[in-house]
Amino acid sequence: MFPAPIQNASAPKRYAYYAAIVIALLLWLLPLMAVLLTSVRSLEDLNAGNYWGWPREWKFSNYAEVFQSTPMLRYMVNTVIITLPAVAGAIALASLAGYALAKFRFRGNLLIFCMFVGGNFVPFQILMVPVRNMAVRIGVYDTYWALILFHLAFQTGFCALFMRNFISTLPNALLESARVEGANEFRIFWSIILPLMRPALAALAVLVFTFIWNDYFWALVMVQSDAVKPVTTGLSALRGEWVASWQLISAGSIIAALPPVAMFFLLQRQFISGLTLGSVK
Amino acid sequence: MSTPEPSVFLESPVVVKPKRRAPRKINLVPWIFLAPAVIVFATYVVIPIFQSFWLSLYDWDGLSPTKKFLGLSNYTELFQDDQFWTSLKNNLYWLILFLLGPVVGLAIAIFLNQKIRAMRIVKSLFFFPFVLSGVVIGLVFSWFYEPAHGLLSTILSMFGLPAISPLSDEHWVTPAIIAAGLWPQIAYCMILYLTGLTAVDPEQIEAARIDGARGMKMLWHVIMPQLRPATFIAVVVTIIGALRSFDLVQVMTDGGPFGRSSILAYFMFQQSITNFRMGYGAAIAVVLFLIMSVFIALFLRHMIRNERT
Repeated sequence: MFPAPIQNASAPKRYAYYAAIVIALLLWLLPLMAVLLTSVRSLEDLNAGNYWGWPREWKFSNYAEVFQSTPMLRYMVNTVIITLPAVAGAIALASLAGYALAKFRFRGNLLIFCMFVGGNFVPFQILMVPVRNMAVRIGVYDTYWALILFHLAFQTGFCALFMRNFISTLPNALLESARVEGANEFRIFWSIILPLMRPALAALAVLVFTFIWNDYFWALVMVQSDAVKPVTTGLSALRGEWVASWQLISAGSIIAALPPVAMFFLLQRQFISGLTLGSVK
Repeated sequence: MSTPEPSVFLESPVVVKPKRRAPRKINLVPWIFLAPAVIVFATYVVIPIFQSFWLSLYDWDGLSPTKKFLGLSNYTELFQDDQFWTSLKNNLYWLILFLLGPVVGLAIAIFLNQKIRAMRIVKSLFFFPFVLSGVVIGLVFSWFYEPAHGLLSTILSMFGLPAISPLSDEHWVTPAIIAAGLWPQIAYCMILYLTGLTAVDPEQIEAARIDGARGMKMLWHVIMPQLRPATFIAVVVTIIGALRSFDLVQVMTDGGPFGRSSILAYFMFQQSITNFRMGYGAAIAVVLFLIMSVFIALFLRHMIRNERT
Protein backbone atom coordinates (compact mmCIF):
# COMPACT_ATOMS: atom_id res chain seq x y z
CA MET A 1 0.00 0.00 0.00
CA PHE A 2 1.20 3.49 -0.79
CA PRO A 3 1.72 5.60 1.21
CA ALA A 4 2.82 3.47 4.17
CA PRO A 5 -0.12 2.66 6.46
CA ILE A 6 -0.54 5.31 9.10
CA GLN A 7 -1.22 2.57 11.67
CA ASN A 8 2.50 1.79 11.63
CA ALA A 9 3.47 5.38 12.41
CA SER A 10 4.18 6.75 15.87
CA ALA A 11 1.29 8.04 17.96
CA PRO A 12 2.04 11.78 17.51
CA LYS A 13 2.32 11.30 13.74
CA ARG A 14 -0.98 9.45 13.76
CA TYR A 15 -2.77 12.23 15.62
CA ALA A 16 -1.19 14.84 13.38
CA TYR A 17 -2.60 12.94 10.43
CA TYR A 18 -6.11 12.87 11.89
CA ALA A 19 -5.91 16.58 12.59
CA ALA A 20 -4.65 17.28 9.08
CA ILE A 21 -7.64 15.43 7.62
CA VAL A 22 -10.11 17.46 9.63
CA ILE A 23 -8.43 20.74 8.68
CA ALA A 24 -8.19 19.81 5.00
CA LEU A 25 -11.84 18.82 4.97
CA LEU A 26 -12.88 22.09 6.59
CA LEU A 27 -10.91 24.12 4.05
CA TRP A 28 -12.23 22.02 1.18
CA LEU A 29 -15.84 22.55 2.18
CA LEU A 30 -15.47 26.16 3.32
CA PRO A 31 -17.41 27.79 0.43
CA LEU A 32 -20.19 25.27 0.89
CA MET A 33 -20.40 25.77 4.64
CA ALA A 34 -20.71 29.50 4.01
CA VAL A 35 -23.76 28.82 1.86
CA LEU A 36 -25.24 26.40 4.41
CA LEU A 37 -24.81 28.92 7.20
CA THR A 38 -26.25 31.79 5.16
CA SER A 39 -29.27 29.74 4.13
CA VAL A 40 -30.56 29.74 7.72
CA ARG A 41 -29.82 33.40 8.50
CA SER A 42 -32.62 35.79 9.34
CA LEU A 43 -33.07 39.05 7.50
CA GLU A 44 -32.50 40.91 10.78
CA ASP A 45 -29.08 39.32 11.13
CA LEU A 46 -28.13 40.24 7.59
CA ASN A 47 -29.44 43.80 7.93
CA ALA A 48 -27.48 44.21 11.15
CA GLY A 49 -24.33 43.07 9.29
CA ASN A 50 -24.11 39.85 11.27
CA TYR A 51 -23.05 37.67 8.34
CA TRP A 52 -20.61 35.26 9.93
CA GLY A 53 -21.21 35.56 13.66
CA TRP A 54 -23.46 33.19 15.59
CA PRO A 55 -27.00 33.56 14.16
CA ARG A 56 -29.55 35.12 16.51
CA GLU A 57 -32.07 32.59 15.28
CA TRP A 58 -31.90 29.60 12.96
CA LYS A 59 -34.28 30.52 10.22
CA PHE A 60 -35.20 27.30 8.46
CA SER A 61 -38.25 29.09 7.12
CA ASN A 62 -35.99 30.52 4.38
CA TYR A 63 -36.43 27.17 2.69
CA ALA A 64 -40.20 27.34 2.98
CA GLU A 65 -40.11 30.85 1.61
CA VAL A 66 -38.24 29.72 -1.49
CA PHE A 67 -41.00 27.23 -2.23
CA GLN A 68 -43.83 29.60 -1.38
CA SER A 69 -42.74 32.73 -3.19
CA THR A 70 -41.10 31.24 -6.29
CA PRO A 71 -41.82 28.50 -8.86
CA MET A 72 -38.97 26.41 -7.38
CA LEU A 73 -41.22 23.40 -6.89
CA ARG A 74 -42.35 23.65 -10.52
CA TYR A 75 -38.70 23.77 -11.64
CA MET A 76 -37.87 20.68 -9.61
CA VAL A 77 -40.82 18.78 -11.05
CA ASN A 78 -39.80 19.91 -14.55
CA THR A 79 -36.29 18.59 -14.02
CA VAL A 80 -37.67 15.22 -12.94
CA ILE A 81 -39.98 15.10 -15.97
CA ILE A 82 -37.02 15.82 -18.26
CA THR A 83 -34.44 13.66 -16.52
CA LEU A 84 -36.19 10.33 -15.97
CA PRO A 85 -37.28 9.54 -19.55
CA ALA A 86 -33.95 10.75 -20.93
CA VAL A 87 -32.01 8.47 -18.56
CA ALA A 88 -34.25 5.48 -19.31
CA GLY A 89 -34.11 6.04 -23.06
CA ALA A 90 -30.37 6.55 -23.26
CA ILE A 91 -29.69 3.44 -21.20
CA ALA A 92 -32.11 1.32 -23.23
CA LEU A 93 -30.62 2.32 -26.58
CA ALA A 94 -27.07 2.04 -25.28
CA SER A 95 -27.64 -1.46 -23.86
CA LEU A 96 -28.66 -2.69 -27.30
CA ALA A 97 -25.78 -0.89 -28.98
CA GLY A 98 -23.32 -2.02 -26.32
CA TYR A 99 -24.24 -5.65 -26.91
CA ALA A 100 -23.64 -5.30 -30.64
CA LEU A 101 -20.31 -3.53 -30.12
CA ALA A 102 -19.08 -5.94 -27.46
CA LYS A 103 -20.08 -9.31 -28.84
CA PHE A 104 -20.13 -9.05 -32.64
CA ARG A 105 -17.25 -8.67 -35.03
CA PHE A 106 -18.26 -6.70 -38.08
CA ARG A 107 -16.90 -4.00 -40.32
CA GLY A 108 -17.28 -0.57 -38.81
CA ASN A 109 -17.49 -1.82 -35.23
CA LEU A 110 -14.54 0.24 -34.05
CA LEU A 111 -15.58 3.23 -36.14
CA ILE A 112 -19.03 3.35 -34.55
CA PHE A 113 -17.55 2.91 -31.12
CA CYS A 114 -15.21 5.86 -31.80
CA MET A 115 -18.16 7.90 -33.01
CA PHE A 116 -19.95 7.39 -29.69
CA VAL A 117 -16.87 8.12 -27.60
CA GLY A 118 -15.59 11.06 -29.64
CA GLY A 119 -19.05 12.59 -29.98
CA ASN A 120 -19.38 12.47 -26.24
CA PHE A 121 -16.47 14.91 -25.88
CA VAL A 122 -17.34 17.56 -28.47
CA PRO A 123 -18.06 21.11 -27.27
CA PHE A 124 -21.80 21.71 -27.00
CA GLN A 125 -21.46 24.90 -29.02
CA ILE A 126 -20.72 23.01 -32.23
CA LEU A 127 -24.13 21.34 -31.85
CA MET A 128 -26.05 24.30 -30.55
CA VAL A 129 -27.37 26.14 -33.61
CA PRO A 130 -28.42 23.07 -35.64
CA VAL A 131 -29.96 21.29 -32.65
CA ARG A 132 -31.88 24.39 -31.66
CA ASN A 133 -33.13 24.86 -35.23
CA MET A 134 -34.20 21.27 -35.39
CA ALA A 135 -36.20 21.73 -32.18
CA VAL A 136 -37.90 24.78 -33.65
CA ARG A 137 -38.59 22.98 -36.92
CA ILE A 138 -40.16 19.88 -35.41
CA GLY A 139 -42.14 22.07 -33.01
CA VAL A 140 -40.64 20.98 -29.70
CA TYR A 141 -38.74 24.18 -28.87
CA ASP A 142 -39.66 25.36 -25.34
CA THR A 143 -41.24 22.01 -24.42
CA TYR A 144 -39.99 19.13 -22.29
CA TRP A 145 -39.36 17.15 -25.45
CA ALA A 146 -36.68 19.54 -26.67
CA LEU A 147 -34.52 18.61 -23.68
CA ILE A 148 -35.61 14.98 -23.30
CA LEU A 149 -34.72 14.17 -26.91
CA PHE A 150 -31.39 15.93 -26.86
CA HIS A 151 -30.23 14.46 -23.56
CA LEU A 152 -31.42 11.02 -24.56
CA ALA A 153 -29.46 11.17 -27.80
CA PHE A 154 -26.32 12.75 -26.38
CA GLN A 155 -26.04 10.52 -23.31
CA THR A 156 -26.50 7.47 -25.52
CA GLY A 157 -22.88 8.04 -26.56
CA PHE A 158 -21.47 7.86 -23.03
CA CYS A 159 -23.78 4.99 -22.11
CA ALA A 160 -22.74 2.98 -25.16
CA LEU A 161 -19.07 3.30 -24.18
CA PHE A 162 -19.89 2.14 -20.70
CA MET A 163 -22.21 -0.69 -21.74
CA ARG A 164 -19.81 -2.02 -24.32
CA ASN A 165 -16.98 -2.16 -21.80
CA PHE A 166 -19.21 -3.90 -19.30
CA ILE A 167 -20.68 -6.45 -21.70
CA SER A 168 -17.18 -7.28 -23.00
CA THR A 169 -16.36 -8.66 -19.57
CA LEU A 170 -19.24 -11.17 -19.69
CA PRO A 171 -18.03 -14.64 -20.72
CA ASN A 172 -18.59 -15.65 -24.34
CA ALA A 173 -19.19 -19.27 -23.33
CA LEU A 174 -22.54 -18.25 -21.94
CA LEU A 175 -23.67 -16.90 -25.28
CA GLU A 176 -22.22 -19.81 -27.23
CA SER A 177 -24.15 -22.39 -25.25
CA ALA A 178 -27.38 -20.43 -25.70
CA ARG A 179 -26.71 -20.23 -29.45
CA VAL A 180 -26.09 -23.95 -29.61
CA GLU A 181 -29.46 -24.50 -28.01
CA GLY A 182 -30.96 -22.43 -30.79
CA ALA A 183 -31.87 -19.22 -28.99
CA ASN A 184 -31.92 -16.23 -31.31
CA GLU A 185 -29.86 -13.11 -30.58
CA PHE A 186 -32.79 -11.10 -29.25
CA ARG A 187 -33.73 -13.83 -26.84
CA ILE A 188 -30.08 -14.07 -25.74
CA PHE A 189 -29.99 -10.35 -25.14
CA TRP A 190 -33.24 -10.34 -23.22
CA SER A 191 -32.81 -13.39 -21.02
CA ILE A 192 -29.03 -13.70 -20.62
CA ILE A 193 -27.33 -10.36 -21.13
CA LEU A 194 -29.91 -8.05 -19.60
CA PRO A 195 -30.16 -9.82 -16.20
CA LEU A 196 -26.36 -9.83 -15.95
CA MET A 197 -26.25 -6.13 -16.70
CA ARG A 198 -28.28 -5.12 -13.67
CA PRO A 199 -25.38 -3.71 -11.62
CA ALA A 200 -24.09 -1.79 -14.64
CA LEU A 201 -27.55 -0.41 -15.35
CA ALA A 202 -27.83 0.89 -11.79
CA ALA A 203 -24.38 2.49 -11.90
CA LEU A 204 -25.05 4.14 -15.21
CA ALA A 205 -28.51 5.36 -14.23
CA VAL A 206 -27.17 7.14 -11.16
CA LEU A 207 -24.39 8.81 -13.11
CA VAL A 208 -26.44 9.91 -16.10
CA PHE A 209 -29.20 11.12 -13.80
CA THR A 210 -26.67 13.51 -12.26
CA PHE A 211 -25.34 14.68 -15.64
CA ILE A 212 -28.80 15.51 -16.94
CA TRP A 213 -30.08 16.96 -13.68
CA ASN A 214 -27.15 19.38 -13.64
CA ASP A 215 -27.38 20.45 -17.27
CA TYR A 216 -27.47 24.20 -17.64
CA PHE A 217 -26.38 24.98 -21.19
CA TRP A 218 -29.11 23.11 -23.05
CA ALA A 219 -31.78 24.31 -20.67
CA LEU A 220 -30.65 27.83 -21.51
CA VAL A 221 -30.75 27.20 -25.24
CA MET A 222 -33.88 25.06 -25.60
CA VAL A 223 -36.51 26.30 -23.15
CA GLN A 224 -37.66 29.68 -21.91
CA SER A 225 -40.97 29.52 -20.07
CA ASP A 226 -41.32 28.82 -16.35
CA ALA A 227 -43.72 25.98 -17.11
CA VAL A 228 -40.93 23.80 -18.54
CA LYS A 229 -37.74 25.36 -17.19
CA PRO A 230 -35.58 22.95 -15.15
CA VAL A 231 -34.11 23.83 -11.80
CA THR A 232 -30.69 24.98 -13.10
CA THR A 233 -31.93 27.81 -15.32
CA GLY A 234 -34.77 28.41 -12.87
CA LEU A 235 -32.34 29.03 -10.04
CA SER A 236 -30.21 31.27 -12.19
CA ALA A 237 -33.28 33.34 -13.14
CA LEU A 238 -34.36 33.59 -9.49
CA ARG A 239 -30.97 34.93 -8.59
CA GLY A 240 -31.69 37.93 -10.81
CA GLU A 241 -34.94 38.53 -8.93
CA TRP A 242 -33.48 38.06 -5.48
CA VAL A 243 -30.64 40.50 -6.22
CA ALA A 244 -28.66 40.41 -2.98
CA SER A 245 -30.93 38.29 -0.78
CA TRP A 246 -28.15 35.83 -0.17
CA GLN A 247 -30.13 33.87 2.42
CA LEU A 248 -32.68 32.98 -0.29
CA ILE A 249 -30.08 32.37 -3.01
CA SER A 250 -28.26 30.06 -0.60
CA ALA A 251 -31.40 28.15 0.36
CA GLY A 252 -32.40 27.86 -3.31
CA SER A 253 -28.95 26.54 -4.27
CA ILE A 254 -29.10 23.89 -1.60
CA ILE A 255 -32.58 22.80 -2.66
CA ALA A 256 -31.43 22.51 -6.28
CA ALA A 257 -28.33 20.52 -5.30
CA LEU A 258 -30.05 18.18 -2.87
CA PRO A 259 -31.45 15.46 -5.18
CA PRO A 260 -28.15 14.57 -6.90
CA VAL A 261 -26.23 14.91 -3.64
CA ALA A 262 -28.70 12.63 -1.83
CA MET A 263 -28.54 10.18 -4.70
CA PHE A 264 -24.75 10.17 -4.52
CA PHE A 265 -24.60 9.53 -0.78
CA LEU A 266 -27.23 6.79 -0.98
CA LEU A 267 -25.77 5.02 -4.00
CA GLN A 268 -22.09 5.86 -3.65
CA ARG A 269 -20.81 2.48 -4.67
CA GLN A 270 -22.79 2.46 -7.92
CA PHE A 271 -21.86 6.06 -8.60
CA ILE A 272 -18.11 5.56 -8.25
CA SER A 273 -18.07 2.28 -10.13
CA GLY A 274 -20.01 4.02 -12.90
CA LEU A 275 -17.50 6.80 -13.04
CA THR A 276 -14.44 4.60 -13.20
CA LEU A 277 -15.67 1.59 -15.14
CA GLY A 278 -16.49 3.79 -18.08
CA SER A 279 -13.09 5.44 -18.14
CA VAL A 280 -10.39 3.47 -16.34
CA LYS A 281 -9.63 0.08 -17.63
CA MET B 1 6.31 -8.91 -56.49
CA SER B 2 3.03 -7.38 -57.48
CA THR B 3 0.28 -6.89 -55.00
CA PRO B 4 -2.84 -8.83 -55.90
CA GLU B 5 -5.97 -6.86 -56.61
CA PRO B 6 -8.33 -6.83 -53.66
CA SER B 7 -11.18 -8.00 -55.85
CA VAL B 8 -9.41 -11.30 -56.28
CA PHE B 9 -10.03 -12.03 -52.63
CA LEU B 10 -13.48 -10.64 -52.47
CA GLU B 11 -14.94 -12.29 -55.52
CA SER B 12 -13.04 -15.51 -55.71
CA PRO B 13 -16.00 -17.89 -56.15
CA VAL B 14 -14.30 -21.00 -54.86
CA VAL B 15 -13.52 -19.73 -51.38
CA VAL B 16 -16.45 -17.48 -50.67
CA LYS B 17 -19.46 -19.26 -52.02
CA PRO B 18 -19.99 -22.00 -49.47
CA LYS B 19 -19.51 -19.52 -46.64
CA ARG B 20 -21.48 -16.66 -48.10
CA ARG B 21 -24.84 -17.45 -46.57
CA ALA B 22 -23.82 -17.84 -42.98
CA PRO B 23 -21.90 -14.57 -42.49
CA ARG B 24 -24.59 -12.55 -44.28
CA LYS B 25 -27.24 -13.78 -41.90
CA ILE B 26 -25.19 -12.98 -38.81
CA ASN B 27 -24.01 -9.64 -40.09
CA LEU B 28 -27.42 -8.02 -40.05
CA VAL B 29 -28.03 -8.72 -36.36
CA PRO B 30 -25.55 -6.24 -34.83
CA TRP B 31 -26.91 -3.51 -37.06
CA ILE B 32 -30.42 -4.09 -35.78
CA PHE B 33 -29.12 -3.73 -32.23
CA LEU B 34 -27.15 -0.63 -33.20
CA ALA B 35 -29.71 1.13 -35.36
CA PRO B 36 -31.72 3.07 -32.75
CA ALA B 37 -28.64 4.36 -30.91
CA VAL B 38 -26.78 5.23 -34.11
CA ILE B 39 -29.78 7.03 -35.59
CA VAL B 40 -30.45 9.27 -32.59
CA PHE B 41 -26.76 9.93 -31.99
CA ALA B 42 -26.16 10.81 -35.62
CA THR B 43 -29.21 13.08 -35.69
CA TYR B 44 -28.30 15.02 -32.57
CA VAL B 45 -24.50 14.90 -32.54
CA VAL B 46 -22.77 13.84 -35.75
CA ILE B 47 -24.86 15.62 -38.38
CA PRO B 48 -25.11 18.91 -36.41
CA ILE B 49 -21.30 19.09 -36.38
CA PHE B 50 -21.26 19.17 -40.18
CA GLN B 51 -24.20 21.56 -40.26
CA SER B 52 -22.29 23.97 -38.02
CA PHE B 53 -19.32 23.92 -40.40
CA TRP B 54 -21.69 24.73 -43.26
CA LEU B 55 -23.55 27.42 -41.31
CA SER B 56 -20.30 29.16 -40.45
CA LEU B 57 -20.09 30.24 -44.08
CA TYR B 58 -23.37 32.13 -43.88
CA ASP B 59 -24.85 35.25 -42.39
CA TRP B 60 -28.03 34.23 -40.57
CA ASP B 61 -30.08 35.70 -37.72
CA GLY B 62 -31.69 32.39 -36.78
CA LEU B 63 -35.17 33.51 -37.75
CA SER B 64 -35.36 34.64 -41.37
CA PRO B 65 -35.98 31.94 -44.00
CA THR B 66 -32.98 32.97 -46.10
CA LYS B 67 -29.29 32.80 -45.31
CA LYS B 68 -26.70 34.94 -47.02
CA PHE B 69 -23.58 33.17 -48.23
CA LEU B 70 -20.41 34.85 -47.03
CA GLY B 71 -17.65 32.41 -47.80
CA LEU B 72 -14.94 32.66 -45.19
CA SER B 73 -15.62 36.22 -44.13
CA ASN B 74 -17.06 35.13 -40.75
CA TYR B 75 -13.61 33.75 -40.07
CA THR B 76 -11.70 36.81 -41.29
CA GLU B 77 -13.93 38.95 -39.10
CA LEU B 78 -13.37 36.58 -36.19
CA PHE B 79 -9.60 36.81 -36.42
CA GLN B 80 -9.83 40.59 -36.24
CA ASP B 81 -12.24 40.57 -33.31
CA ASP B 82 -10.55 41.55 -30.01
CA GLN B 83 -13.18 39.66 -28.07
CA PHE B 84 -12.17 36.48 -29.91
CA TRP B 85 -8.53 36.85 -28.90
CA THR B 86 -9.46 37.67 -25.29
CA SER B 87 -11.65 34.56 -25.19
CA LEU B 88 -9.00 32.39 -26.77
CA LYS B 89 -6.38 33.65 -24.32
CA ASN B 90 -8.72 32.91 -21.44
CA ASN B 91 -9.30 29.41 -22.82
CA LEU B 92 -5.55 28.96 -22.67
CA TYR B 93 -5.52 30.08 -19.01
CA TRP B 94 -8.29 27.61 -18.27
CA LEU B 95 -6.40 24.85 -19.99
CA ILE B 96 -3.14 25.48 -18.14
CA LEU B 97 -4.54 26.20 -14.69
CA PHE B 98 -6.98 23.31 -14.95
CA LEU B 99 -4.02 20.96 -15.06
CA LEU B 100 -3.73 21.64 -11.34
CA GLY B 101 -6.75 19.31 -11.20
CA PRO B 102 -4.79 16.09 -11.75
CA VAL B 103 -1.88 17.35 -9.61
CA VAL B 104 -3.94 18.33 -6.58
CA GLY B 105 -6.26 15.38 -7.15
CA LEU B 106 -3.28 13.02 -6.92
CA ALA B 107 -2.01 14.77 -3.79
CA ILE B 108 -5.38 14.42 -2.06
CA ALA B 109 -5.72 10.81 -3.22
CA ILE B 110 -2.34 9.92 -1.68
CA PHE B 111 -3.24 11.86 1.45
CA LEU B 112 -6.50 9.90 1.82
CA ASN B 113 -5.27 6.46 0.78
CA GLN B 114 -5.30 5.06 4.31
CA LYS B 115 -7.41 2.41 5.93
CA ILE B 116 -8.79 4.14 8.97
CA ARG B 117 -12.29 4.32 10.36
CA ALA B 118 -14.58 6.92 8.79
CA MET B 119 -12.28 7.21 5.76
CA ARG B 120 -15.16 6.29 3.47
CA ILE B 121 -17.18 9.29 4.55
CA VAL B 122 -14.11 11.56 4.34
CA LYS B 123 -13.51 10.45 0.76
CA SER B 124 -17.15 11.06 -0.13
CA LEU B 125 -17.04 14.53 1.36
CA PHE B 126 -14.00 15.33 -0.74
CA PHE B 127 -15.65 13.91 -3.81
CA PHE B 128 -19.14 15.30 -3.67
CA PRO B 129 -18.53 18.77 -5.20
CA PHE B 130 -18.38 16.73 -8.39
CA VAL B 131 -22.12 16.06 -8.24
CA LEU B 132 -23.04 19.74 -7.86
CA SER B 133 -24.24 21.57 -10.96
CA GLY B 134 -22.25 24.42 -12.45
CA VAL B 135 -25.02 26.81 -11.47
CA VAL B 136 -24.82 25.82 -7.82
CA ILE B 137 -21.02 25.97 -7.81
CA GLY B 138 -21.19 29.36 -9.52
CA LEU B 139 -23.57 30.69 -6.88
CA VAL B 140 -21.59 29.15 -4.02
CA PHE B 141 -18.40 30.84 -5.20
CA SER B 142 -20.14 34.11 -6.09
CA TRP B 143 -21.17 34.34 -2.45
CA PHE B 144 -17.72 33.28 -1.28
CA TYR B 145 -16.11 36.04 -3.40
CA GLU B 146 -18.73 38.69 -2.64
CA PRO B 147 -16.68 41.82 -1.80
CA ALA B 148 -18.70 43.40 1.02
CA HIS B 149 -19.81 40.43 3.12
CA GLY B 150 -18.44 37.32 1.40
CA LEU B 151 -16.44 34.84 3.42
CA LEU B 152 -13.20 35.47 1.53
CA SER B 153 -13.21 39.20 2.26
CA THR B 154 -14.27 38.54 5.85
CA ILE B 155 -11.36 36.15 6.35
CA LEU B 156 -8.92 38.58 4.73
CA SER B 157 -10.08 41.39 6.99
CA MET B 158 -9.51 39.15 10.02
CA PHE B 159 -5.84 39.17 9.02
CA GLY B 160 -5.94 42.92 8.53
CA LEU B 161 -5.93 42.66 4.74
CA PRO B 162 -8.18 44.81 2.54
CA ALA B 163 -11.39 43.33 1.10
CA ILE B 164 -11.13 42.22 -2.51
CA SER B 165 -13.62 41.82 -5.31
CA PRO B 166 -12.13 39.16 -7.57
CA LEU B 167 -15.12 38.91 -9.92
CA SER B 168 -15.03 42.58 -10.88
CA ASP B 169 -11.25 42.83 -11.18
CA GLU B 170 -10.18 42.31 -14.78
CA HIS B 171 -6.93 40.59 -13.80
CA TRP B 172 -8.34 38.31 -11.12
CA VAL B 173 -11.69 37.43 -12.61
CA THR B 174 -10.53 34.51 -14.77
CA PRO B 175 -8.33 32.86 -12.13
CA ALA B 176 -11.18 33.30 -9.64
CA ILE B 177 -13.65 31.49 -11.92
CA ILE B 178 -11.09 28.80 -12.72
CA ALA B 179 -10.59 28.20 -8.99
CA ALA B 180 -14.31 27.52 -8.72
CA GLY B 181 -14.10 25.19 -11.72
CA LEU B 182 -11.15 23.33 -10.22
CA TRP B 183 -13.15 22.41 -7.17
CA PRO B 184 -15.21 19.62 -8.82
CA GLN B 185 -12.39 18.82 -11.25
CA ILE B 186 -9.96 18.05 -8.43
CA ALA B 187 -12.62 15.84 -6.88
CA TYR B 188 -12.98 13.90 -10.12
CA CYS B 189 -9.21 13.41 -10.55
CA MET B 190 -8.95 12.38 -6.92
CA ILE B 191 -11.44 9.56 -7.45
CA LEU B 192 -9.59 8.36 -10.55
CA TYR B 193 -6.32 8.26 -8.60
CA LEU B 194 -7.85 6.64 -5.54
CA THR B 195 -9.13 3.86 -7.77
CA GLY B 196 -5.73 3.69 -9.44
CA LEU B 197 -3.92 3.47 -6.11
CA THR B 198 -5.94 0.45 -5.01
CA ALA B 199 -4.73 -1.34 -8.13
CA VAL B 200 -1.03 -0.62 -7.52
CA ASP B 201 0.92 -3.85 -7.11
CA PRO B 202 1.78 -4.24 -3.39
CA GLU B 203 4.70 -6.58 -4.11
CA GLN B 204 6.49 -3.95 -6.17
CA ILE B 205 6.06 -1.46 -3.32
CA GLU B 206 7.48 -3.93 -0.82
CA ALA B 207 10.41 -4.72 -3.09
CA ALA B 208 11.13 -1.01 -3.57
CA ARG B 209 10.87 -0.44 0.19
CA ILE B 210 13.45 -3.12 0.82
CA ASP B 211 15.68 -1.35 -1.72
CA GLY B 212 15.29 1.80 0.36
CA ALA B 213 12.92 3.77 -1.87
CA ARG B 214 10.66 6.09 0.13
CA GLY B 215 8.51 9.17 -0.20
CA MET B 216 8.89 11.15 -3.42
CA LYS B 217 11.38 8.71 -4.86
CA MET B 218 8.96 5.84 -4.41
CA LEU B 219 6.13 7.93 -5.82
CA TRP B 220 8.04 8.95 -8.91
CA HIS B 221 9.75 5.68 -9.81
CA VAL B 222 7.35 3.03 -8.56
CA ILE B 223 3.87 4.47 -8.14
CA MET B 224 3.53 6.95 -11.00
CA PRO B 225 4.40 4.45 -13.75
CA GLN B 226 1.62 2.22 -12.47
CA LEU B 227 -0.80 5.14 -12.34
CA ARG B 228 -0.24 6.02 -15.98
CA PRO B 229 -3.69 4.94 -17.20
CA ALA B 230 -5.34 7.07 -14.50
CA THR B 231 -3.06 10.01 -15.31
CA PHE B 232 -3.86 9.81 -18.98
CA ILE B 233 -7.62 9.83 -18.41
CA ALA B 234 -7.36 12.55 -15.76
CA VAL B 235 -5.29 14.85 -17.99
CA VAL B 236 -7.32 14.39 -21.16
CA VAL B 237 -10.68 14.70 -19.43
CA THR B 238 -9.41 17.76 -17.55
CA ILE B 239 -8.26 19.46 -20.76
CA ILE B 240 -11.53 18.69 -22.49
CA GLY B 241 -13.42 19.89 -19.40
CA ALA B 242 -11.42 23.13 -19.37
CA LEU B 243 -12.24 23.86 -23.00
CA ARG B 244 -15.88 22.91 -22.55
CA SER B 245 -16.60 25.02 -19.49
CA PHE B 246 -19.38 27.51 -19.91
CA ASP B 247 -21.72 27.39 -16.90
CA LEU B 248 -19.44 29.12 -14.41
CA VAL B 249 -18.63 32.06 -16.66
CA GLN B 250 -22.29 32.54 -17.52
CA VAL B 251 -23.44 32.32 -13.90
CA MET B 252 -20.63 34.21 -12.17
CA THR B 253 -19.79 37.11 -14.49
CA ASP B 254 -21.63 36.91 -17.82
CA GLY B 255 -18.19 37.26 -19.36
CA GLY B 256 -17.54 40.53 -17.51
CA PRO B 257 -16.14 42.90 -16.49
CA PHE B 258 -16.04 44.30 -20.03
CA GLY B 259 -15.82 40.86 -21.59
CA ARG B 260 -12.58 40.13 -19.75
CA SER B 261 -13.64 36.70 -18.45
CA SER B 262 -15.20 35.50 -21.69
CA ILE B 263 -14.13 32.16 -23.15
CA LEU B 264 -14.90 30.76 -26.60
CA ALA B 265 -17.87 28.69 -25.43
CA TYR B 266 -19.43 31.74 -23.82
CA PHE B 267 -18.49 34.10 -26.67
CA MET B 268 -20.20 31.74 -29.11
CA PHE B 269 -23.36 31.61 -27.00
CA GLN B 270 -23.41 35.37 -26.66
CA GLN B 271 -23.02 36.01 -30.40
CA SER B 272 -25.66 33.44 -31.41
CA ILE B 273 -28.34 33.83 -28.75
CA THR B 274 -27.93 37.42 -27.60
CA ASN B 275 -26.81 39.01 -30.86
CA PHE B 276 -28.67 36.67 -33.25
CA ARG B 277 -25.51 36.04 -35.29
CA MET B 278 -25.88 32.30 -35.82
CA GLY B 279 -23.34 32.07 -38.63
CA TYR B 280 -20.72 34.00 -36.72
CA GLY B 281 -21.46 31.89 -33.65
CA ALA B 282 -21.04 28.73 -35.72
CA ALA B 283 -17.63 29.98 -36.87
CA ILE B 284 -16.55 30.43 -33.24
CA ALA B 285 -17.86 26.94 -32.46
CA VAL B 286 -15.87 25.52 -35.36
CA VAL B 287 -12.64 27.04 -34.01
CA LEU B 288 -13.34 25.63 -30.55
CA PHE B 289 -14.22 22.28 -32.05
CA LEU B 290 -10.98 22.14 -34.06
CA ILE B 291 -8.91 22.91 -30.96
CA MET B 292 -10.69 20.22 -29.00
CA SER B 293 -10.56 17.63 -31.75
CA VAL B 294 -6.79 17.42 -31.20
CA PHE B 295 -7.41 16.14 -27.68
CA ILE B 296 -10.38 14.01 -28.69
CA ALA B 297 -8.22 12.34 -31.35
CA LEU B 298 -5.50 11.77 -28.75
CA PHE B 299 -8.01 10.09 -26.47
CA LEU B 300 -9.41 7.90 -29.26
CA ARG B 301 -5.94 6.84 -30.36
CA HIS B 302 -5.09 5.82 -26.83
CA MET B 303 -8.34 3.91 -26.54
CA ILE B 304 -7.84 2.05 -29.81
CA ARG B 305 -4.31 1.09 -28.78
CA ASN B 306 -5.66 -0.30 -25.53
CA GLU B 307 -8.20 -2.33 -27.48
CA ARG B 308 -5.54 -3.99 -29.56
CA THR B 309 -3.33 -5.10 -26.70
